[in-house]
Amino acid sequence: MSYSATEPTRGTKWFAGIAVVLYAIITLIPLLWIVATGFKSPADSIAYPPVVVFEPSLEGYVNLFTERTRATDDMLEAAGPAVTWYDEITRNRGTIISGPSRYGERFLNSVIIGFGSTLLCMILGTAAAYAFSRFKVPLKDDLLFFILSTRMMPPIAVAIPIFLMFRNLGLNDTHLGMILLYTAVNLSLSVWLLKGFIDEIPIEYEEAALIDGYTRFQAFYKVVLPQAATGIASTAIFCLIFAWNEYAFAVLLTSGTAQTAPPFIPTIIGTSGKDWPAVAAGATIFLVPVMVFTILLRKHLLRGITFGAVRK
Amino acid sequence: MTDSHIDRVAAKTPDGVARRIKGLSDRTIAWIFVAPTVFLLLAVNIFPLIWTIRLSFTNFRVNRPNNDVEWVGLRNYQRILTDPDVWNTMQATAHFLIWTITLQVLIGFTLAYLINKKFKGNDMWTTIIVFPMMLSPAVVGNFWTFLYQPQIGLFNYVVAFFTGADPASFSMIGDVHLAPWSIVIADTWMWTPFVMLICLAGLRSIPDSIYEAAECDRASKWRQFWTITIPMALPFLMLAVLFRGIENFKMFDLVVQLTGGGPGNTTTLTSIDLKREAFEKWRTGYSSAYAVILFVTVFGLASIYVKALNKVKER
Repeated sequence: MSYSATEPTRGTKWFAGIAVVLYAIITLIPLLWIVATGFKSPADSIAYPPVVVFEPSLEGYVNLFTERTRATDDMLEAAGPAVTWYDEITRNRGTIISGPSRYGERFLNSVIIGFGSTLLCMILGTAAAYAFSRFKVPLKDDLLFFILSTRMMPPIAVAIPIFLMFRNLGLNDTHLGMILLYTAVNLSLSVWLLKGFIDEIPIEYEEAALIDGYTRFQAFYKVVLPQAATGIASTAIFCLIFAWNEYAFAVLLTSGTAQTAPPFIPTIIGTSGKDWPAVAAGATIFLVPVMVFTILLRKHLLRGITFGAVRK
Repeated sequence: MTDSHIDRVAAKTPDGVARRIKGLSDRTIAWIFVAPTVFLLLAVNIFPLIWTIRLSFTNFRVNRPNNDVEWVGLRNYQRILTDPDVWNTMQATAHFLIWTITLQVLIGFTLAYLINKKFKGNDMWTTIIVFPMMLSPAVVGNFWTFLYQPQIGLFNYVVAFFTGADPASFSMIGDVHLAPWSIVIADTWMWTPFVMLICLAGLRSIPDSIYEAAECDRASKWRQFWTITIPMALPFLMLAVLFRGIENFKMFDLVVQLTGGGPGNTTTLTSIDLKREAFEKWRTGYSSAYAVILFVTVFGLASIYVKALNKVKER
């Protein structure tokens, strides 16, 4: 190896590597603990000292998706032998499944509202970002700053009039209301990020298309959109994650039909005390997709979290 | 854009042909493209903001819509600014802000500095470290209450293991002295990667040639660190502080799930206090004034800070 003033020495690299890996492991422990707790039996989940090796159980997941009632021995006998594996798990605890829990619905709400708002946000955001990138828009800088500044408002501060407005319009606790709201919240991010991505596409491509007789619209969707595809995809994932994780508006403006998973998961309780395996199971199902998306996004993470201010 | 190739071509194209080629004028397209976004933001952000300001001068209560709405002038503002409880929440917020930012900058910068040593597999470990900040703060915050349980909680167990204390003898979220630290720890766990990523970008933006020049001048590593690394990464560090400052000033989800503002009011950050006033006590006019004060504070502090940041960048 040739000598270089800036290349760290082998020893430095080893030290840095070990320190970083150590931090990564420590920081991962709470997340691994969530996943592990989801597969513990209630007794294991609250054992002292905390158990690391345990017999995996699906009880948390069964409890997450079902409502159960306590049953006496007579009732258990009358209900006959357990037919399915999940029946068996609950019967062993002296309970009978009385129906599905709300978790499925709440998760589905998160999916509908997350994807709905992301789609709308991308349509509006791409159009606006293209205009800001390519045209002379009057008051461009002021408008862009205005769009960014909407992100600085504490959600609770605007929640009061939004609550009143939604109530008057009949949008409280509806999917449409939440989709519109999350779209507005995420527009600042999508416009700023996408403007950065579109700025990087050489304008000459469109000029060539226009000379070939394309209209502006054609040039936009036949030349610019394919070029910006990666940028649009990563912006969309960011919008999706923000909508997916949002809690403050969700807890204030939804309570039933449109409630998403984040306000719901903490309310999961068991028949006797807090059912931590069920909570952990709910959290696992909810968090793992985001981790997968994070891996997909890794090249654009920095750009996304800084609204395009830092590009690497 | 004015004298780009296409404009020169366009200028020479006869009017009728130009219209056929271009369809709608650029100006019209620009408006069609920008208008929906601006309209939605006006409807969901500016209109509510103006409404909030209007409500802040009244004694309106959402839960008593039939009461007469009186114009009370600046009384709401006066009451908030002289309320010792509000100042307590401001203090709790300040404690939270100062400690989270300090810890996150220290740990985040150190991590970035180490990752920048380019050891094998640093990309993969960076992605792993980033996980916590991408997750739902409410869901994660809720689970941290489990980690903080006396006796059975993993956090208490680990602390007890290293200090020899009894894991049942302290409760991170139940003790008035420990609770403010419990939210600092959880927030630092969650958001340190954010600072780390920005610092890493800063460190990577420093050209090798500067270090090579310093090496030729026989500057020690220590000196290189303080005269090259820190000053050149400073704008990035300041940007990270700006983002974390705004975000943590608005902090609601993680803390409300973790401690709910308790015990007492020890972890009642301003957003949590505002939520109680607005959606539990239903003092709409009062809480609107509260919201305006918060918004002006964030906006004012952020503007001052951005000016300072620009000055550092110009250097």
